Amino acid sequence: MRCYRAHVLVCAGSACVTLGCHPVKEAILEGIKRHRLEEEIKVVETGCMGFCEQGPLIVVYPEGVMYCRVQAEDAAVIVSEHLLKGRVVERLLYRDTDTNKPIPFMKDQPSLSKQIKVAMRNAGFINPEDIEEYIANEGYFALAKVLSGMSPEAVINEIKDSGLRGRGGAGFLTGSKWEFTNKAQGAQKYVVCNGDEGVPGVFMDRSILEGDPHSVIEAMAIAGYAIGADQGYVYVRAEYPLAVEKLRHAINQAREYGFLGYNILGTGFSFELNIRVGAGAFVCGEETALLASIEGRRGTPKPRPPFPANKGLWGAPTLINNVETLASIPPIILKGSDWYASMGTEKSKGTKVFALTGRIKRPGLIEVPMGMPLREIIYDIGGGVLNNKKLKAVLAGGPVGGFIPADYLDVSMDYESVAELGTLIGSGSLSVIDEDTCVVDLVKFFMEFSCEESCGKCTPCREGLKRMLEILTRVTEGKGQERDIEDLERLSDFIKNTALCGLGQAAPSPVLSMLRYFRPEFEAHIRDKHCPASVCAALLDSPCQSA
Amino acid sequence: MKKIKSVNELVKFKEIVLEKIKERQYGGKTTIVVRMGTCGIAAGARDVMMAMIDEMDKRNISGVIITQAGCAGICDHEPMLEVIKPGNPQVIYGDLDEEKVRRIVVDHVINGQVVEDWVLGQKAS
Ligand SMILES: Cc1cc2nc3c(=O)[nH]c(=O)nc-3n(C[C@H](O)[C@H](O)[C@H](O)COP(=O)(O)O)c2cc1C
Repeated sequence: MRCYRAHVLVCAGSACVTLGCHPVKEAILEGIKRHRLEEEIKVVETGCMGFCEQGPLIVVYPEGVMYCRVQAEDAAVIVSEHLLKGRVVERLLYRDTDTNKPIPFMKDQPSLSKQIKVAMRNAGFINPEDIEEYIANEGYFALAKVLSGMSPEAVINEIKDSGLRGRGGAGFLTGSKWEFTNKAQGAQKYVVCNGDEGVPGVFMDRSILEGDPHSVIEAMAIAGYAIGADQGYVYVRAEYPLAVEKLRHAINQAREYGFLGYNILGTGFSFELNIRVGAGAFVCGEETALLASIEGRRGTPKPRPPFPANKGLWGAPTLINNVETLASIPPIILKGSDWYASMGTEKSKGTKVFALTGRIKRPGLIEVPMGMPLREIIYDIGGGVLNNKKLKAVLAGGPVGGFIPADYLDVSMDYESVAELGTLIGSGSLSVIDEDTCVVDLVKFFMEFSCEESCGKCTPCREGLKRMLEILTRVTEGKGQERDIEDLERLSDFIKNTALCGLGQAAPSPVLSMLRYFRPEFEAHIRDKHCPASVCAALLDSPCQSA
Repeated sequence: MKKIKSVNELVKFKEIVLEKIKERQYGGKTTIVVRMGTCGIAAGARDVMMAMIDEMDKRNISGVIITQAGCAGICDHEPMLEVIKPGNPQVIYGDLDEEKVRRIVVDHVINGQVVEDWVLGQKAS
């Protein structure tokens, strides 16, 4: 195998692609050719490195120097200075947001120091199109270990002991779900990966599918062995074309190398995998709707029970797991449940990927042990609020989640503690809101989202959310009435308790959270016809007063 | 590519493909720093580098990091390089050519014998 003295890793996650990483890569290749360095330097496209806001991003190994916001014009300098002469190009380095000092090495990035990458261990580090790079980093060793010496029960126990909980939102114990599906009666069983990722503002599943598709394939084969399934489906939304492409390529490679198909690694176990592309409705992420969609029917939810573990795809027992959940499986098998369970809190074990968005200095994807105080995530990893504004709240769980106000920033980020505040870890969306944001306006915007995404099957969600939206719209237009608060609370209660699926049940959450933490701001809209954050246009008294 | 048909085959295959990513992993490895300032390049540092890579390829050496640095201020002795083995002093070689560097790879990098004749200096690491 050829030895290269340097590797240039070009981040080709969706964000960097949009920002123009491909012209940059071309320019680097051209520069390498011009200086006749082809024999010494290898250029590798990787998945998302998690620093999306700094893209296009390039990391040069062996030193591990990270260059940010690289344009095609910069490529020539990187080649002639760094690759040829070994001089770091200072002007392209990441600079500390406070001290403005350049930070040359990727490993010294302040946002990385508190992170532990498990589900994202390979994304941004290997070439997702090269199965050999995955294998080089222990890839398919977990599958080999499982097939060559563990009983399905032993695998299930390992996952149970690790304490891993579903990362798709509900936080259900993964090992227990595997056990139910293993025990369910049925000649044919299925494994399904939920890659719908419908919550706006999260993109860890896309990032894993794009950057490390084999980790999901390997985990699905392990799951298949554990529950007794020989077939699986990965459901990905059509809005993720790059993820679909990388996954398709990876599945083909896995087949070619013998990790999918008949008699895997000569152990007698067989497993096949297919992709289903969904049209990108939020509700299709809900498991029963998702299964309907795979079967070729309209993606609407069904009442549970029966749960998919007993009656899923075409009536057969079906295991549904989220992308991030699955990507965490191979390291747990290889390093053991004790290792995984040593991270996190009593009831929330391991690591969780969060998407930091909104008014934050260093947005992007991060992976941290569960139970880390939110303050550390926002300030130590995220760098704090943009423009040093005052933090008003962090929205957890996206448009169907709730607020964690500034006063509660020391909350431990685990399932239980966050639920106590009336919101949820959900799929890991953390959106920072500063003092210039009007929560009423924001909550109205979320309600528009939920109304639009409601599938219309059950009345509480279809009609109830609309009524809530009408009230919220009225309030932002200065036409609020005293009884609106009470009406919103009643409607919320009603919809939460009667909606058919998680969408309707969760959609009132932001409203309730607003009424819990920001009631005075809401009341000001109704009683004083005043928007304290100066956002709601109809309530601005005069331009100078709101300046 | 033919199918990997057993766990043993997978273990063996991993050792081969490890080469693909070893440059990206840190820690505990021998590092060779080739001086690549304008002076170094003019004196033939690029040929030295190529010869070194070629020799390492031929001998199938893994776990060695090759990197470069700028001018060390002793332009007179270019091409130069440094061999840093974990736990050993850093050895600086000068006045190199393709033949010499091949011997450094064999004697020093592989067998741990410093090639005293061409040493310019040593630094505690
Ligand atoms: C409206 C709605 C949308 C959902 N969207 C997703 C999604 O995009 N991705 C996902 O993994 N789970 C989603 N879920 C949760 C799934 O129903 C299911 O619980 C999950 O895929 C199980 O995998 P896990 O146990 O690994 O988390 C959604 C649930 C609801 C109610």
